[in-house]
Amino acid sequence: MKRRLVSLLAIATMTTTMFAGCGGASDSSDATEEKTPATTEEIDAEAAAVELPEDTGKVLNIHCWNDEFKSRMKDHYPGYEEVDATHGKIGDVEVVWTMTPSTDNAYQNNLDDALLKQADVSDDEKVDLFLVEADYALKYVDEDVTLALSDLGITSDQLSDQYKYTQSIVTDSTGKLKGSSWQACSAGLIYNREAAKEVLGTDDPEQVQAAVADWDKYNETAKKIADAGYTMCSAMDTYRVYSNNVSGPWVQDGKIVIDPNIDKWIDDSKALVDAKIEDTDDLWSDDWGKGKNPEGKVFCYFGPAWFFNFCLNADDPASIASKGGWGYCVGPQSYYWGGTWLCAATGTDNANLVKDIILTMTTDQKVLKEIAMQDQDCVNSKTVLADLAGSDDGNIALLGGQNPYKQLADGAEKVDLSNLSKYDQGCTEELEKAMKNYFLGNATKEEAIDAFKKAVTEKYPDVKAE
Amino acid sequence: MNKKSKVVRYNKWGYIFLSPFIVIYLIFQMIPLVTTIYNSFFENYLSGLSKVGPNFIGLQNYVTILTNGDLPTYFSNTMIMWAMGFVPQIVLSLLLGAWFTDPSLRLKCQGFFKTVIYLPNLIMASAFAMLFFTLFSDSGPINSMLMQMGVLSEAYKFMSNVWSVRSLVATMNCLMWFGNTTILLMAGMMGIDPSLFEAAQVDGATATQIFYKITLPLLKPILIYVMITSLIGGLQMFDVPQILTNGTGDPMRSSMTLIMYLNKHLYSKNFGMSGALSVYLFIITGILSLIVYRFTAREEK
Repeated sequence: MKRRLVSLLAIATMTTTMFAGCGGASDSSDATEEKTPATTEEIDAEAAAVELPEDTGKVLNIHCWNDEFKSRMKDHYPGYEEVDATHGKIGDVEVVWTMTPSTDNAYQNNLDDALLKQADVSDDEKVDLFLVEADYALKYVDEDVTLALSDLGITSDQLSDQYKYTQSIVTDSTGKLKGSSWQACSAGLIYNREAAKEVLGTDDPEQVQAAVADWDKYNETAKKIADAGYTMCSAMDTYRVYSNNVSGPWVQDGKIVIDPNIDKWIDDSKALVDAKIEDTDDLWSDDWGKGKNPEGKVFCYFGPAWFFNFCLNADDPASIASKGGWGYCVGPQSYYWGGTWLCAATGTDNANLVKDIILTMTTDQKVLKEIAMQDQDCVNSKTVLADLAGSDDGNIALLGGQNPYKQLADGAEKVDLSNLSKYDQGCTEELEKAMKNYFLGNATKEEAIDAFKKAVTEKYPDVKAE
Repeated sequence: MNKKSKVVRYNKWGYIFLSPFIVIYLIFQMIPLVTTIYNSFFENYLSGLSKVGPNFIGLQNYVTILTNGDLPTYFSNTMIMWAMGFVPQIVLSLLLGAWFTDPSLRLKCQGFFKTVIYLPNLIMASAFAMLFFTLFSDSGPINSMLMQMGVLSEAYKFMSNVWSVRSLVATMNCLMWFGNTTILLMAGMMGIDPSLFEAAQVDGATATQIFYKITLPLLKPILIYVMITSLIGGLQMFDVPQILTNGTGDPMRSSMTLIMYLNKHLYSKNFGMSGALSVYLFIITGILSLIVYRFTAREEK
């Protein structure tokens, strides 16, 4: 009797959410009522009760910011055929890729427009699947525009091999999971082996790790590195290591709060920049990238697994990476950087296909192993990472044959994302810009913090500086 | 009943020929202008994906902009960078214009030079700014050249010093627009009756005297036009500093212009605040144009 009640309840809530989805512009009052997070069992019960309607869509619209996911689909999703740069085919469904670069927020602006219009456009124009990054995931997760995975009939045991943090990012306030990722982007310190040998006398990851195990040791080592004529890294590189280990979110009660660990980043970095140990190059700028070649004389970068392949220019014969000259260790604190989550858009007319793509690309261990081997992604599967850590399959040439998967897997377990907020992207960008002024001596710390707060309140008018 | 007049009326053609302008003006000028002012009285923005407003809040947006004290800073930034670019630009243009129109110099290949000085204006401002950004970056060619020549011992951070950033912006604006100004001034100079120059030469006036006593006074209408259009263009300065400083207006927003500030409000689609800011800009532009016009046209009475 009781079980029947539960399933009835589950069906009832399901149908209301489904109607909310179909109606699009319907009143959101019922969404605000259910504030208390549901337990996993309740959500699973809902998910098990879901019967997806037959797919009617002939077009699958995917929104993304680069061709990374497209190439993953092409290489690993069974039955996907590429037609041209922005079109593909799965069976008789046409796949349309809408790629908008992230620069200047263009991707989100475009996606926002598309999602807000979702209810008014024809079925073939509706967004079915879209990709988000961690920095702004919450912006989409906490809204009705994103379909909960349980509404697609995906249960928690299907996702149990994923790392906890990859799920906590995309869990909404009612406890429902709204997205899934194939990557676990725990990150660490990627050091120049040549420089490590010269200064520390060893390039063994364990011993280098010992030299940078916490911030005090890191600062000490950095000084030695600088004395040998190297730049440690850019202050912007270390930012995420600090900002992932904060004790509270950026915005609390509508006000900006600067966490003690962020404050520590500001003070530590200022000292290092003043001593000419670190520089202040913006990430991705040419000046920042100079350390990828030996003449750049940069000791380390901070980055996750995608950094190896995507950012170290291994194809360039003059680069350090092409000679296997990098090493990887966890660094002063565990953190993560980046990663891509797949989200189903409310109103999709290809729910079964969307569900299958999400399950295949983010939970199928065979596919994930392929991705890890072929693309050197650190995949979101505890089993696959443990597998790679224990075999030579996980050795990476540009790290001089080092197998970083044990560290990556350990790091992914430690990442804690409970302090993420939907303001993170803006706060990160503006803090880095404002503090650069302080580091370079163009402003005092107070002035720089004021400038940061001003910039954030401009971006988010609902946030107050004080 | 047929009271058709024998007189053919052409009035309607006047209205018909005017109508395209009226329609385009209404759609692209009048309606945006009115809605901008209308929007400025509302609180209306996006927070993430949820819309806040529109709630009528009266003059609150205007008060916020006035009280946070940013407007004067960004206004003076804009004017400083405009003046730094405009003064050399007008001097250069007058000089080149005078040379090109002076028949006694008999300059060869005039067409070629006129094309060359106009060329920088054909490059997109953003591409031009991108080029300068790369040239003057910390490990860019300018720095490495200066270091190899022994002028500098370590890279000069062009993008982190107030006056180097402002100078770069001014230089770019000057380079981009002096060709355009030269051509305008030349047109004005060629419109001056040549007999005046001949008469002055017969009377024994030197080239300098001719320039100051004849060319400049008669060039005044064109000069006013150049001043006002350049001023309005200067107030709307955006793409060059935006790209050069990556939208930050750094160091410490000392190169942030009014329109860059306006652009900051568009991140959250804050139509209320940006509307109010636009109205302020409209008023400032109006007042400045009026001042320039009065100041330069006063003596004609």
